[in-house]
Amino acid sequence: MKDRLLTPEFRVVVDHQRCTQCHRCITGCGWGTLSCNNGRIVADDFKCVACHYCVTHCPTGAIVVEEFPLAFKPHANWTVGLRKNAWRQAQSPGMLLTGMGNDQAYPIVFDHLVLDACQVTNPSIDPLREPMELRTYLGRKPNSLAFDSLGRLITPLEPQVKLETPIVFAAMSYGSISLNAQKALAMAAEECGILWNTGEGGLHKDLYPYGHCATVQCASGRFGVHSGYLNAAAVVEIKIGQGAKPGIGGHLPGEKVSVEVSETRMIPPGTDALSPAPHHDIYSIEDLRQLIYALKEATDYSKPVSVKIAAVHNVAAITAGMVYAGADIVYIDGFRGGTGAAPTIIRDHIGIPIELAIAAVDDRLRQEGIRSQASIIAAGSIRSSADVAKAIALGADAVAIGTGALLPLGCRVCQKCYTGNCSWGIATQRPELTRRLDPVLGAERVSNLIESWSLELKEILGALGLNAIESLRGSRERLRGVGLDNTTLEILGVKPAGR
Amino acid sequence: MKKVFPRILSGCGLIGIMRASGERVSGAEVIRAITNMHERSNGLGGGFAAYGIYPEHKEDYALHLMYSTPRSKDITDKLLEESFQIKGDGPIPTRPADGIVNAPILWRYFVRAKPEKLAETEVPEDEAVLRVVMDINFEIEDAFVISSGKNMGAFKAVGLAGDVGHFYRLEDYYGYTWIAHARFPTNTPGWWGGAHPFTLLDWAVVHNGEISSYGINRRYLEMFGYKCTLQTDTEVMAYLLDLLIRKHGLSVENAAMAMASPFWKDIDALPPEERHKMMAIRAVYGSAMVNGPFAIIFGHHRGMVGLNDRIKLRPMVAAQKDDALYIASEEAGIREVCSHPDRVWSPRAGEPVVGWLNEGVA
Ligand code: SF4
Ligand code: SF4
Repeated sequence: MKDRLLTPEFRVVVDHQRCTQCHRCITGCGWGTLSCNNGRIVADDFKCVACHYCVTHCPTGAIVVEEFPLAFKPHANWTVGLRKNAWRQAQSPGMLLTGMGNDQAYPIVFDHLVLDACQVTNPSIDPLREPMELRTYLGRKPNSLAFDSLGRLITPLEPQVKLETPIVFAAMSYGSISLNAQKALAMAAEECGILWNTGEGGLHKDLYPYGHCATVQCASGRFGVHSGYLNAAAVVEIKIGQGAKPGIGGHLPGEKVSVEVSETRMIPPGTDALSPAPHHDIYSIEDLRQLIYALKEATDYSKPVSVKIAAVHNVAAITAGMVYAGADIVYIDGFRGGTGAAPTIIRDHIGIPIELAIAAVDDRLRQEGIRSQASIIAAGSIRSSADVAKAIALGADAVAIGTGALLPLGCRVCQKCYTGNCSWGIATQRPELTRRLDPVLGAERVSNLIESWSLELKEILGALGLNAIESLRGSRERLRGVGLDNTTLEILGVKPAGR
Repeated sequence: MKKVFPRILSGCGLIGIMRASGERVSGAEVIRAITNMHERSNGLGGGFAAYGIYPEHKEDYALHLMYSTPRSKDITDKLLEESFQIKGDGPIPTRPADGIVNAPILWRYFVRAKPEKLAETEVPEDEAVLRVVMDINFEIEDAFVISSGKNMGAFKAVGLAGDVGHFYRLEDYYGYTWIAHARFPTNTPGWWGGAHPFTLLDWAVVHNGEISSYGINRRYLEMFGYKCTLQTDTEVMAYLLDLLIRKHGLSVENAAMAMASPFWKDIDALPPEERHKMMAIRAVYGSAMVNGPFAIIFGHHRGMVGLNDRIKLRPMVAAQKDDALYIASEEAGIREVCSHPDRVWSPRAGEPVVGWLNEGVA
């Protein structure tokens, strides 16, 4: 064995009594961990990322993946993670990369918020007996409506996009994920009456039929942006930043730029797809306004334009500026938001939690009297229907889920998306891996999750004595904080439990 | 008298009686009707609003005030003299009544805004009056304006509604619209101002229910400059009606659609133009939707409206006899004063009962 600083994270244990030598695990593992040596399956533990593909696909249940049993001298300051990072960088210099969202143990505000329920003085509502409404419209709304003397509406309404449940899929580009993964999300979005998001990788020709339920992105690299692309969509989104890597551009290495990816992104095959950190035509809020209106012009004012930013310290003021600049939807991505690839140091240390960002943004837009003028989409680790309900009670119109939407496709949050070896066929372009993701089955599983969360949301509303989601939106009175400090409570606009 | 207190939840009995012809009847009738619904109250609050009771002061704003100290009256008097021409004032007549104790000083003023003040500030008279009312209610300790509309007044106290009516000698007043409220709060209210009706100029609202969407309704109103200082559901109701009908100019029917919206499944079945209109109302006024059980009756100088929540979680019955419209929590309350109505019906969830006075009456 080579002289190494690092030790494996996991150990793959094969029960040779059970193993029938089908070799399914060998071809299954995207990381090449397993091989056959003298008629026995052997593992290179260094390669294993605990993606469970072999475990879930072994017909005899012969494989177990364990944490590598290695004791480290405990140190509360020099955590094992920090030590490993230093060893990794000592072995080969460079920024450490990672995938998915921030995995550090910051306090999770959602887990310190609890919801209310009705008792005696007002009745809770049984969602099995009474209608329970989750429908949400995204888009700019006037502050008031006017009607003529016959009661007909005369105020023109700007484009509104209907969601049957207040959840959309987060932006995940073709390139960062496979076409089959995108297809599964697109089909699920259509099925559930919600939106999927192309990310900044363009819209593959096979997915044009799902344009009507897509948000298409126009990001700093302008990949795949053309008039047909913009007009195929339900919503056009300007991507300024992403919660996992605020202020950082994107880099899709040339190896991942296959012919199909290159066609969709409109770049030569095999070239690196570099998204600059800023949009080179947006250096101020006025510039953003120009791009917003250029996109509105290009789509004949027929779709809402969304602007997506990462939640940073000044998020409230920035968002208000975006709304004044013409954004119909503001998409705020918290610091736990996921990614296909980001420098670990950025992912884990930049940005603010989405819960606080929602509260600050909703407050600011209300103070400015412009809350109706834009819908708020909150993202950056929405993990359950409870998080959805809490985000909405804090003031969001809808939430976006990325990791949550990949879990039904098999994702194990192994955080190795940036390697392009995803055994589940999600974050990879290797045909032998992407092939195994069946978009129809994937769509069904993703839809099941959305349906389940929607049912749970209805149950939560019923307990709250509400029968429409808009009555929860921004209703912070129905939240209480447990174990949060006074300043945090004040920012959230939430009372402590017991009060 | 402490004016700001925590949210108190309550159940209630309501009744409203309106005569479209403008015929004025004694308060004795409405007292009988509300007393009949005794079961829905616990003696911790009752109140009335009456329209058409001050014909001799038709053009003046009638201010009903409550003071718990003589000092607060002195301060308020000074403010009123500064702001208004006072056309008349005096104590609100009362008599001792069972269970009505700790009465504050109750005083009535008939006022007009000073023309020179209006010219100076360039605000309409209504708004000028409203500002003074808000100043008194939120700035002057121990003083509270119970009502401030023209040719109308509110009367309320901590006690059983019937006793409250007796205390205020309501049988001596004659009005074309009467609304009344008997309350069953879960906690003892500290002061009389918290009883219903809640008023805003000539609007008076009585309400039975608990708003589950209070938090967002309140934040929505704050965006339009309303301060919900009393923390009562009824205050939120009154402000919503004021915003939608007075400020945004919505018809009563459209305001009702916003506050007690039909369900999407029903909206989806409408013809396209109607569907679009309803979608717009729900999308734009979603934060004004009042969710949770409620029945309200609101009176104004031209009529009376009853409205139920969207799934009718609180009772409301309406009846008609000749030119009289009745809306109440219980049919029994109506039958008490109108034994053979021409028509009695249960308004559907979210469907407003709208009564207008005949043209030229008010
Ligand atoms: S990486 Fe995944 S498939 Fe490969 S050995 Fe580890 S758990 Fe099994
Ligand atoms: S998408 Fe694939 S690589 Fe990324 S975390 Fe999930 S399983 Fe791992």
